[in-house]
Amino acid sequence: MNEPTPNAEFINSIAVKFPDISVKVYSPRRVYIRIERDLAFDLARYLYREKGCRLSTATGIDTRDGFEILYHFSHDPTGVYYTVKTIVPKDDPKVRSLAVFLPAANWIEREIRELLGVEFVGHPNPAPLLTPEDWPADKYPLRRDYDAGEGSGNGD
Amino acid sequence: MATKRVIPIGPYHPLQEEPELFKLIVEGEKVVDLEINIGYNHRGHEYISTKKTFDQVPFVVERICGICSNSHPYAYCMAVEDLMGIKPPPRAQYIRMIIAELERIHSHFLWLGLAGHFIGYNTVWMWVWRYREPVLDLFEIIVGNRNHYALPKIGGARRDIQPEDYLRIERVLDQLEEKTRMFTGAVLDDPVIRARFENVGILNQKDAIAYGVVGPIARSSGVAIDVRKDDPYDAYDQVSWDEIIATEGDILAKAKIRLLECFESIKIIRQCLKKIPAGPIEIRVDQVPAGEGIGRHEAPRGEVIHYVRGDGSNMPIRHKIRAPSFMNIAANVVAVKGCSIADAALVLAAMDPCYCCTERTAVYENGKRKMRGSELLKLSREKTERIRSGR
Repeated sequence: MNEPTPNAEFINSIAVKFPDISVKVYSPRRVYIRIERDLAFDLARYLYREKGCRLSTATGIDTRDGFEILYHFSHDPTGVYYTVKTIVPKDDPKVRSLAVFLPAANWIEREIRELLGVEFVGHPNPAPLLTPEDWPADKYPLRRDYDAGEGSGNGD
Repeated sequence: MATKRVIPIGPYHPLQEEPELFKLIVEGEKVVDLEINIGYNHRGHEYISTKKTFDQVPFVVERICGICSNSHPYAYCMAVEDLMGIKPPPRAQYIRMIIAELERIHSHFLWLGLAGHFIGYNTVWMWVWRYREPVLDLFEIIVGNRNHYALPKIGGARRDIQPEDYLRIERVLDQLEEKTRMFTGAVLDDPVIRARFENVGILNQKDAIAYGVVGPIARSSGVAIDVRKDDPYDAYDQVSWDEIIATEGDILAKAKIRLLECFESIKIIRQCLKKIPAGPIEIRVDQVPAGEGIGRHEAPRGEVIHYVRGDGSNMPIRHKIRAPSFMNIAANVVAVKGCSIADAALVLAAMDPCYCCTERTAVYENGKRKMRGSELLKLSREKTERIRSGR
């Protein structure tokens, strides 16, 4: 899986600015970048503002090591899909919100917040987006310990 | 001083595949702000996927949307193929593309018909949908169903296209091309439709980028993105076609792009039918290893993303789905500002997800209902009448 990527230069320029990242080129157009939680915001802003990437979506995953947040950036001129990965510890599930400079992140972060329970610090409107109004505040459907059988808010 | 009033549109309408609640905040006739509530149709697909085997998931995800029911399983299968590092056989790639492009044509026709309906051009509506029917018939011939094609599978396609059906598809394409040409002329040259569509609901390039809109919405605002061109999958790099871009960002540009894209889809399908090689339509997939994969597909409404992570078991541990409308609907906040109420239903509909739950709309003033959805639709049609009769 170590085919040469057409975007070596692009990745190098990120690595110069953010020396602590680890980059995995899975296939020529699928690149994964792992970064510290505190630097994820800066890297995302750098990709959007300086590199012309588009925030396609973000994924939150409950893993053994913590909540993994994956920001999927698409660099449309080259078609390369950059996924920025960061881990948020379970006892302090917080990460800086991208919505402060990027409206596209608004709904994406609200969705992760309510389904996985990760707080996006600085989000302009962190209200629930998808769940019903009477959804219990401490139930997060995408956490591993969630059991769909218990009170789903639908009267069962 | 003008008082602000709230006009709710939605949330439920039997016509619509995705119920949303739009709260138009108006001052007199003018829309000054918009609040969007979604989630009325949240079915927990991402959660359900983690309780199904990799093979069962395509059938679940194709039920996300009834219009583009090929797009989600297509993107999902590509995500799993990306995870495994496999490619489907060439014949399967072409079959998937043919279905994807037929889907684009029928989806764009559906939108055009409804846009006609909203401005009171029911003839356009009836005609467009009449010519959409043969496409659905083709689906029935190829996959056995007018909707929910269940075509893509991990590592290939579920059904083959019989060589004797090539001619049938060609015939439908010839008819479609002629009718699309007729509609393009009829719709884009009609002075009344122009008056309703032109310079209405503008989304400029800057906002389109900031809100991350995709598909025809982005392309009508001068943002040249199309997954088929940027990140070609299957055999999209083997066919030649043009990306349609406009810069106006109004409803007319959106209509134009959707109409012209139908010609491009016809072009792609014709080339596919010529180039499709003989051979197997699937490769055997035994086990999905641990890992992660991303599938991207250009659905009729834009880029759809599926992210799949597996741990080596027979079920995904995470399956993230992002439909194009998730990005596009949010941009309504910008597009609808400054419009008149009579245009609002149309602007919201121009994004395509929202075949405005207009019949559920009501105008409330001091707790008393003043106007219903049907009246808002009437308002829109009356405006067309006024323009038509030159008043």
